[in-house]
Amino acid sequence: MRYRPGQKVRVAARRHEGHHRTPAYLKGKHGTIKRVHARFRNPETHAYGLDGLPEQSLYLVSFEQEDIWREYPGNAGDRLYADVFEHWLEEAE
Amino acid sequence: MSRTSRRRYDRRVERAVHDRGGWPTEAPIDRSEHELADWEVLMDSLVGTLGQSGVMNVDELRRGIESMPPAAYETASYYERWLYAVETILTEKGVLVSGELDARLAT
Amino acid sequence: MSPHDHNGHDHEPLTNGGEPVAAARIRALGELLVEKGVIGREDVLQRIDWLISRSPADGARLVARSWVDPEFKKRLLADARAAALELDLDPGPSPVVIALENTATVHHMVVCTLCSCYPKALLGPPPDWYKSVPYRSRAVADPRAVLAEFGVQLEDGVNVRVVDSTADIRYLVIPRRPAGTETLPEEELAALVTRDSMIGVAIPVAPTPVAA
Repeated sequence: MRYRPGQKVRVAARRHEGHHRTPAYLKGKHGTIKRVHARFRNPETHAYGLDGLPEQSLYLVSFEQEDIWREYPGNAGDRLYADVFEHWLEEAE
Repeated sequence: MSRTSRRRYDRRVERAVHDRGGWPTEAPIDRSEHELADWEVLMDSLVGTLGQSGVMNVDELRRGIESMPPAAYETASYYERWLYAVETILTEKGVLVSGELDARLAT
Repeated sequence: MSPHDHNGHDHEPLTNGGEPVAAARIRALGELLVEKGVIGREDVLQRIDWLISRSPADGARLVARSWVDPEFKKRLLADARAAALELDLDPGPSPVVIALENTATVHHMVVCTLCSCYPKALLGPPPDWYKSVPYRSRAVADPRAVLAEFGVQLEDGVNVRVVDSTADIRYLVIPRRPAGTETLPEEELAALVTRDSMIGVAIPVAPTPVAA
């Protein structure tokens, strides 16, 4: 478990061919760790006949909507939460 | 597509056809509902049973759906995508022999 | 094979009119997999029974109990899966279910932008719109417009929190208990909790008084 609640992180902006569960609209975005979930099999390998092990840490990450979308039409306090795997997160300021 | 939704969409990040968060659209949400037809319940249950039996997992189902040619993904109904995925994955695993389902339907 | 077969009724249509080509293909696939011994017929039939018996009444029971029992609410928020088991409800195969509480300042809304992940064990199968591309696209980018389309009026000062179910965690919204329901028993409270309010696109309302 590399990250802790309250820590600032950035979602990796890398390209990934094939199945993965990090949505395009979050790649490269900055967020904050909200919750540390349990560990889960890696869908990127589990989807291809492999066992998905070792399990990877999964985090609930909170994003300010205004940080995701240009000209977000809502409140500054609006948030987007998503479950992101540890290997898709980087430390951020 | 309005100028606003176009501005929000960041074209620098590549995305596959299933990856729809923030995809530019002003389309209203069609709220009409339908009770699942028995063939849809069956498709859902086949996938659930394949999962319970350890033959195919949900990550494989999703990968199978995502492997659809984009035009097919757009026009297929929800459970038609599941059918495509199951046929693709089970044929890949050798559980289904390519063509045997077609042959069965032809008889 | 159909959901009706094991009850002895044959509801096969006389013609193929109205059914997509996929329907016959799916039935043939099911028969083929059973014949080949890949899956068991009884397992499929049990799974069909399970699916068609899922309903939002289960989720509503969790919500209603949390409204009347503050200690249960704490347990529900800590581990919704365990809380469901406490009420003899089936939380489904997902290893983790998380309940998200709406408050005076936060309104939650759930979506799966990548596919259609949904707590169907507790809510029944998802509605078509939840699985649709317009919802998956717009719920994250402009949730307030989507809420307006669903007729939801948020009070001033309420922030919207959209939750994108990107992994195997299932999310259930605990809507706020409507004012004016203080004297209602738990079963009647549960009747106010709609499926849509547990997705986050509706807000429960107190029943309107019936004229004498």
